[in-house]
Amino acid sequence: MAYLWSLAALIPLDNYGHYIHWGVIDLSVANFIVIVLMILTFIAALFLPFPGRNRRKESQ
Amino acid sequence: MTTAEIERQWTTRLRKRVAGHLPPEKLLPDTQPAYVSSWIYVFGVTTIAALSMVILSGIILAIRGPQWWHSSSIGHFINSTHLWSVEIFFFAMIVHLWGKFFMAAWRGGRSLTWVTGVVTFLASVGTAFTGYVSQTNFDSQWISTQAKDGINATGVGSIFNVLNLGQMLMWHIVLLPLAAVILTTIHVLLVRVKGVVPPFEDEKGTTK
Amino acid sequence: MSTKPFRPDVDAPKYEGKYAPYDIIKEGTIAIVVVGLLVVLLATLFGSPDERAITIKTWSNADPVDFATTALGELNGTTITAQYGAPYNTAAPGQNLGPLKLAQFAGVTIPVNTVRDFVIDPLSSQPYNKNLSAALAQWKGASAAQQSSWVSNYTKGASKMTWSNGTITVPATNTGPVPTMINSLTAMARSGALDQALVTGGGFYTTNYTKPLLFVADGTYLANLAQKQHLLGSQWGMMNETGSYPGQAWLWLYTFWYQVSPFSSSSNADVQVSALMGLLSLLLLLVPFIPGLRSIPRKVKIYRLIWREYYRS
Repeated sequence: MAYLWSLAALIPLDNYGHYIHWGVIDLSVANFIVIVLMILTFIAALFLPFPGRNRRKESQ
Repeated sequence: MTTAEIERQWTTRLRKRVAGHLPPEKLLPDTQPAYVSSWIYVFGVTTIAALSMVILSGIILAIRGPQWWHSSSIGHFINSTHLWSVEIFFFAMIVHLWGKFFMAAWRGGRSLTWVTGVVTFLASVGTAFTGYVSQTNFDSQWISTQAKDGINATGVGSIFNVLNLGQMLMWHIVLLPLAAVILTTIHVLLVRVKGVVPPFEDEKGTTK
Repeated sequence: MSTKPFRPDVDAPKYEGKYAPYDIIKEGTIAIVVVGLLVVLLATLFGSPDERAITIKTWSNADPVDFATTALGELNGTTITAQYGAPYNTAAPGQNLGPLKLAQFAGVTIPVNTVRDFVIDPLSSQPYNKNLSAALAQWKGASAAQQSSWVSNYTKGASKMTWSNGTITVPATNTGPVPTMINSLTAMARSGALDQALVTGGGFYTTNYTKPLLFVADGTYLANLAQKQHLLGSQWGMMNETGSYPGQAWLWLYTFWYQVSPFSSSSNADVQVSALMGLLSLLLLLVPFIPGLRSIPRKVKIYRLIWREYYRS
């Protein structure tokens, strides 16, 4: 276990960040990734078929 | 004591009200309307799961106190889980909010569910903020000295002093989590009482 | 029952269709396991940031002139804290939202007198030193006019301030005890004693770092470090984190307003942006009750995707 703890950060993100400038917008790459992932997740949730709803039945 | 007297008891009346609004089959349902069939429905429970992780990691951090994580690699790891569960918490909550907005999930007497959800979001933003200023590192020095101007300008700074570590830590680990958990509980119970919002009637118009 | 017309954005149609099995306890358990694993994975991969806190000791050793200039600013009343207003002092009326002076109305609840709290009291807490004791006695025995004349004479030469051989030197005359006070405070800062003197102002225990944080924020050292980390307000810093970590991305709208007119150039930006965000939060809260806003989902029709199976059947 101690070995696992010492690995606490395999890819530490402590170096100075990168930033995206676009007009007035000034975003860190990390935040940009989070926001893009959020939008992609939302879109995926809308479009991907939800499993296990084929055996629908009258129950009430 | 007569039956009528028992019926009039506060305890009896409260029990009957609760049982009427939230019978066990509503609190823990085993079926859902067939329209509840989309990945968008998983983000509410994901938010709650992330909140559980936030609280669990927070409890572990609390055991050894606010500065343990600076000097212990285990502590730092637990802090990392605290940070990432917060990121997932907000991630899931915002996707949940978008989903509920586009379903107009406040329809059919569910406006209070929406309202408690938004208040929970705002309370969570405050909880996260007080966590950032309680880190006892460069980040908290910078964030607190910056944020003070915004908060002081509204007059709130006269009682809510972001430069007071003890005060911020209390808000972060007692007051605001309590608020967030109570609000979340009310929110979830309202969802259970009212059920999941039905689809719009749309052109089909058969469900009325 | 009511004969009110059906309002599609307020009322929900009664559902009389099919029900399907749904195991919410199983769903919740799966969610906790998946989120738990994801949290451990992210924490193991990326860790979390922990830039060490700066101290007045590190600041004054890295840049003694910036420290001494700030210390002088606390004496001559030119620092941010000295000119702040409520809740720290009455030096300024503070920001106003139209006719509302909210900060001033709330009053001075966390009194900070920069001359006394940041200079005189810490110096007085030092062990006996002949020069310093004489300087403090001279300061305390002088009239306010005399004090301000010494400080103002010293300030005139402060732009030529130099640091060499452990001494701050300013080309100025008729400065009374001010050079000794500034030099003693700088020496005190460089030893780490000022960090302690500022936090322990209230006695043995403290959990309150208001004074040292205000002092540190008055200098340029903290802000320069923050600028390198892209944390300044003008850099959308409110949502950024040290290093390359994601920050409080949910504050994007709050920090956005500071970047655009009229807020970017307003002296009341803080209270204006707070008020605007309060108003927008209220709008979000009241969406179900606001005609027009609450019709957006029905008109955008994203719900057709969510409930596509329902509409197909």
